[in-house]
Amino acid sequence: MIDLDRVGVTYPTDTAPCLWGLDLHIEEGELCLVVGRTGSGKSTLLRTLNGLVPHFTGGTLHGRVTVDGRDTATHPPRELADLVGMVAQDPRSAFVTDVVEDELAYGMESLGLAPEVMRRRVEETLDLLGLVGLRSRALDTLSGGERQRVAIGSVLTAHPAVLVLDEPTSALDPPAAEEVLATLHRLVHDLGLTVVLAEHRLERVVPFADRIVHLPGDGAAIEVGTPAEIMASSPIAPPIVELGRLAGWTPLPLTIRDARRGASGLRHELAQLPPPPRCGPGPGAGPGPEAAAAPDAAPVLRSGQLAVTYGHTVALAGVDLAIAAGEIVALMGRNGAGKSTLLQAWTGLTNPDAGSVAVAGEDPARLRPAELIRRVALVPQEPADLLYAETVAAECAAADRDAGQSPGACARLLERLVPGLDPDRHPRDLSEGQRLGLVLAIQLVGDPPALLLDEPTRGLDYNAKHRLTGLLRELAAQGRAIVLATHDVELAAAVSTRTVVLADGEVVVDGPTPEVVVGSPAFAPQVAKILAPLPWLTVDQVASSLQAAS
Amino acid sequence: MNRSAPPLPRALHPGAWWLWALGLATAASRTTNPWLLLLVLAVAGHVVTARRSDAPWARSFAVFLKLGMVVITIRVVAQTLFGAAVPGNVLVDLPEIDLPAWAAGVTLGGPITDAALAAALVDGLRLATVLACIGAANALANPKRLLASVPAALYEVGVAVVVALSFAPSMVTAVQRIRAARRLRGHPDRGLRSIVSVAMPVLEDALERSLALAAAMDSRGYGRRASVPVRTRRLTTTLTLAGLGAMLVGLYGLLDGTGPAALGLPALVAGIVVAAAALRTAGAGVTRTRYRPDPWAGPEWLTSLAGATAAIGTIVTSLLAPAALEPVAWPLLAIPLPAAATIGILLASLPAWLTPVPPRLASGSARRRHPARSPMATDPTSAVAATTSASSSEVAA
Repeated sequence: MIDLDRVGVTYPTDTAPCLWGLDLHIEEGELCLVVGRTGSGKSTLLRTLNGLVPHFTGGTLHGRVTVDGRDTATHPPRELADLVGMVAQDPRSAFVTDVVEDELAYGMESLGLAPEVMRRRVEETLDLLGLVGLRSRALDTLSGGERQRVAIGSVLTAHPAVLVLDEPTSALDPPAAEEVLATLHRLVHDLGLTVVLAEHRLERVVPFADRIVHLPGDGAAIEVGTPAEIMASSPIAPPIVELGRLAGWTPLPLTIRDARRGASGLRHELAQLPPPPRCGPGPGAGPGPEAAAAPDAAPVLRSGQLAVTYGHTVALAGVDLAIAAGEIVALMGRNGAGKSTLLQAWTGLTNPDAGSVAVAGEDPARLRPAELIRRVALVPQEPADLLYAETVAAECAAADRDAGQSPGACARLLERLVPGLDPDRHPRDLSEGQRLGLVLAIQLVGDPPALLLDEPTRGLDYNAKHRLTGLLRELAAQGRAIVLATHDVELAAAVSTRTVVLADGEVVVDGPTPEVVVGSPAFAPQVAKILAPLPWLTVDQVASSLQAAS
Repeated sequence: MNRSAPPLPRALHPGAWWLWALGLATAASRTTNPWLLLLVLAVAGHVVTARRSDAPWARSFAVFLKLGMVVITIRVVAQTLFGAAVPGNVLVDLPEIDLPAWAAGVTLGGPITDAALAAALVDGLRLATVLACIGAANALANPKRLLASVPAALYEVGVAVVVALSFAPSMVTAVQRIRAARRLRGHPDRGLRSIVSVAMPVLEDALERSLALAAAMDSRGYGRRASVPVRTRRLTTTLTLAGLGAMLVGLYGLLDGTGPAALGLPALVAGIVVAAAALRTAGAGVTRTRYRPDPWAGPEWLTSLAGATAAIGTIVTSLLAPAALEPVAWPLLAIPLPAAATIGILLASLPAWLTPVPPRLASGSARRRHPARSPMATDPTSAVAATTSASSSEVAA
């Protein structure tokens, strides 16, 4: 179905090629997963499949890409629209119309299909993707999972043979991600569609893949193989694979079911050992959350019966929370459960309708911005919003001035967070991980006692996530209160001491992370699912427990 | 025969509502008779309440009414402060401020008479009524849907306008997001400097979005077209220019009552015919088709004709009794109500009874989750929930 013959891509502004010497043959009906670090060329590879590279993006395409016999060098994207369905990373930016039904029909209108055919296909697609109840809804009222399914449906109506998706679940909460993946699974198995998708959250997609293309970046050879082959040696691997490698299981399990079957020995062994320390091992874990969260310590962040509404929508309804220095709290819940609103209230960006908020004893809404940054730092969902200077160095200098620190303070902090970052680079050219590091350095230069992060792992690969985990532990050990709003259950399990689950603006669960996530179908990390009911949550914890025992 | 069966609920063609509203607006723009203007307002308001759907844009009528109030207020304030003296009973005598010679002709302050105030009020009311007519069209028909039903040749222009329209709200959210980010970095989030520093990231954001959208549209086949011979293209250009010119002249003649009669309707009709021919020839190169085009049937004819009667009524009155359309604005009770205009405007309220009601949205705007595992399964409980939420929202309304 798809043939890539020694494909290479070089963008005009770059000196090194983005992709080089890629040979790949994808059979009809295959689900092919593209993995790799950020910046390794995943999106570029996907965009060669419908001709967006090079027709839309510019650059030079070497070699040949043919899809069902059509050469993308001679066919621009619009001539491949009936063959390749492309679902963009953020569906919101790709919607052309404003109602679900019209969006489904848009592609077919461009292709010039007969009205009867369009009508039939829209109805079929509504059924296929479970969108019937949404047909006349406005697109901007949809939830994240619904939006992603509409985006898939809008390209499916053209009856493409190939579906290409760029990180379809990265912005979704776990249930919505499963909803989307179940849909893809059905499309591959029932309709024989060929699916190519890129994804960072391997734990979600590896069980579905027939084949994996691993782009190592930095010029190393590209690996193509079955999931088991690639995962045996890949430097980026989901926790289930890392646990399998640690326990020496062969063949390597890729699904929770297989791993649980193989794990009875490990579970037996671990049951004899003392449970892991709550904060997880690692440098700077400090005295542990129990000591830090002593009842007499005044909480850094507090909200009392906090209620926030937008028009008739209740975002928060009476939230009582107190977070002490040294705590790392994972704030979880569906898209739209009120997580971001709570973080905004703590930074004074949202005014409460009722109740109170306090940061280090003061109302954040009353603080002037210059005072605010000495008390609380927030890394928003789009870290790039905070950056506007031309170079990293200028950004750091501005941060020093704003926070009233001596020149060079921010640059020193940045050097510790992201070693060896070129100060002359433009902030927009950094990778996601580097940009997050830069924003953290800027926000922490005022040494605030509270740090809030909104979805910090979107677009981060496993290595960058690992560094973030270590960094957050260190910051907490220095006596900061940290709150992460996240959908990433693996991150929450690895780093948080306490988990708060919000639903419809109310606190549903509030407790130590192991107690909350073990046994929860939505929020349990993979290791906990495999080892339940034991309280181990991460591979690191299992490794250090086993090490201590031997 | 089953003539007694009520028409099925359906949305009217958006073009019909816009023609209707333009007819009413034409009537309003040609008169300063306060009774006629209030009648136009009442008719527009009545039809909107009777025939609007529960879609988000249906709430825009109130916004336009508020805008109209602002216009009236500004007009009256401007009259009291800067207006020239009008003979009548002096209500208040403001101290007159002497202006330098270069501002000759402008007065500041001075006596305010009841007649001057009434004239300003009526003038503001006329503008507010025209605004209300446009608001009524907005509330009754999705403006984007109207753009989507333009002729095939204009489709791509229509899409561009639709995209630009949806950009405005996303720009607003981008501005809010980036201003919030400024505050997080410890910068003042109010004042002129903050606006300037926000502009750059907002523009970057908008550019990135438009690139993403362009890529998505390209991937979905936007801009596929058949080849067209050069002669057809030239013919199209000529016809388009001629048609638009004639329409412009015709509209001017129609809206400005002082122009010669030949400039009005005949020129407009000729322009429309030529422009339609231009669109036909231009449509030859377009391969795209339309999904569920809105039908144009009896109710659409009725609605657009009802709007036209309002315009025709005022035009007839302007020929028979021009004084009744622009009466001396004071005293109110002495102002006559011309028959032709009144009947025409009243007839424009017919769509409130004679058109099919708009369908109710099945699921309202309540956020509902779908069963995660089985997207195919029809879920009876959610269907029930949808009907109850729809009916409860009706009760609430």
